Amino acid sequence: MSSGSALARNPAESARLAGDVRLSVEQVSYAHSANPAQAPLFTLEATSFQAKPGEIVAILGPNASGKSTLLKLIAGALAPLSGRILLNGFVTHALTPRTRAQRIAVVQQESTLLFPARAWEFVLQGRHAHGRSLRFESQDDVLIAKNALAQVGAAGLSDRWMDQISGGEKQRVILARALAQQPLLLLLDEPTLHLDIAAQIGLLDALRRLAAENRYTVVVVTHELNLAAEYADQVVLMQRGRCLRVGPPANIYQRELLEQVFQTPLSVEFGSSGRPRVTVLSGT
Amino acid sequence: MRPLTLRRLVLQCSILVVILFVVVVIALKFGAVPVSLYALGRDLLRVVFGQSSQISSDYGLIVVNIRLPRILLGIIVGASLSVAGTSFQALLRNPLADPYVLGVSMGASLGSILALIVEPHLTISPLLAALLTPLGAFLGAAATITAVYFLGRREGQIDSATLLLGGVIISSFLSAIIMFLMNTLSGNLRGLSFWLMGDLSTPLHKSAYWFLGIGFLLATGAIYTTAADLNMLLAGEKEAMHLGVDVPRVRLVVYIAASLLTGLAVSVSGAIGYVGLIVPHAMRFIFGSDHRTLLPTAALCGAIALVFADTLARTVVAPTEVSVGAVTAVVGAPLFIYLLRRRFP
Repeated sequence: MSSGSALARNPAESARLAGDVRLSVEQVSYAHSANPAQAPLFTLEATSFQAKPGEIVAILGPNASGKSTLLKLIAGALAPLSGRILLNGFVTHALTPRTRAQRIAVVQQESTLLFPARAWEFVLQGRHAHGRSLRFESQDDVLIAKNALAQVGAAGLSDRWMDQISGGEKQRVILARALAQQPLLLLLDEPTLHLDIAAQIGLLDALRRLAAENRYTVVVVTHELNLAAEYADQVVLMQRGRCLRVGPPANIYQRELLEQVFQTPLSVEFGSSGRPRVTVLSGT
Repeated sequence: MRPLTLRRLVLQCSILVVILFVVVVIALKFGAVPVSLYALGRDLLRVVFGQSSQISSDYGLIVVNIRLPRILLGIIVGASLSVAGTSFQALLRNPLADPYVLGVSMGASLGSILALIVEPHLTISPLLAALLTPLGAFLGAAATITAVYFLGRREGQIDSATLLLGGVIISSFLSAIIMFLMNTLSGNLRGLSFWLMGDLSTPLHKSAYWFLGIGFLLATGAIYTTAADLNMLLAGEKEAMHLGVDVPRVRLVVYIAASLLTGLAVSVSGAIGYVGLIVPHAMRFIFGSDHRTLLPTAALCGAIALVFADTLARTVVAPTEVSVGAVTAVVGAPLFIYLLRRRFP
């Protein structure tokens, strides 16, 4: 074993070697099978990419391409079969749930509560990992929660019930809870799935602003080609458990490649901003 | 934004303590033999000052030796079942979960009966023998909740309907075994209706109250350390994990402690239903779903509800009485149907 890779096993050392890189996904693979004796039902082939603070990474691909699995691996919820994922030099899967929640916030597709809660109660839950289990919330926690709600433009929702607000409002409150965690890394799984177009733009604008202001590293899973093109600094293109390309949208958005991945005829144009725009062509 | 403070929590609990006191006084006063409030106060003060020997009247004996222990039992059993119900509802993410509905109470009943059957054949000290019934009840409860949990899981997720059906089926299976055992074995096992319906009329040895009280406090304390985690579990195990909850640890602590609470309650009172179902909902309706408030208020309200129900059980058909389990079922079953209709439209 070379001295270089031995050095890199030391978290602090590898953080120094990595320089400005916050999230480092290194040759990560995964296999899922219902039963260890059988062939895996789903595999994720070795995937690598890196992300800096303030950067938005979009994991893009059709259904069953492995994008949510990759997100779960990054979140530390799954253990990779091989490779490793480092956040500021620490292997995410090896952290305790508490430490992980202090550094990684996850916004999931669905968030249904068993019993009703007010928006502020929900957002305060983001402070849980920073306090002891039985401690009552401090003034600081309340301030951070209020700030988080204000940052996503949801200060007015504070006293509303979670089951009585619209999908777009709910998604904002869920994002506010993630912000209340004060994470280094913000992970979102299809955050725009049930939102109308105005709410989608609103959420992604908020996300871009937050990434820039708070220096979060943001990883978003999506199948919305145009939203990824518009908002992402980097795109990780996935298909059937394989990572095909990693790079800025302008490099990834090639007509033949996207047509092959998404199995549909489409056209790609580049606007004045330099960001690509995709039009799906109807079959006729 | 009104985050929970210790002051508000204490205030909310104090209100319930006052109500509990009033209900206890009512329960002491009413019964087959009426007692005046004056006599009641005089006799209670004598008990407090350790002058029990001065209580000579028959009325005093009824109050101190019959009603008071029964009320104490009602307080501990009601509180235990409510805390267990609250915990099961949060952990299984099911608003209809409760030790009785899930079959956990039947498991505890069967465990108690088996312990009672085995006990005479063992040569152990009387103290250990006394612990055998609650131990059997705990093991029965823990085994049942484990079985129901795995029955209710589909593709790694808990399925509400399957879970409840699993509980109902296990419950009827276990009660069939209980009936079989009761019919084939005679001996000092108490009546069949005690194990299937539950009542608080069985007098216990004085040390048993201490044992029950300490067991209740330990188990409830253990669950209370996870109160904030339970709040997050309301959104699901995955979300809770992402918010920093050590889900397997919380699950283990709460299942063991809730099984212990159910086991303790059932070993002395049989299977009393619906207290653990209805009380947490009432408290959630009044105080919200924060478990840091919900657990202590549900404990107090469970005590209030069961003491009240037991007073009804003693008085509605006096001088005979009905099982308190029948009273809670008459009130609880319609409320269960209401909740069922509301949650699964």
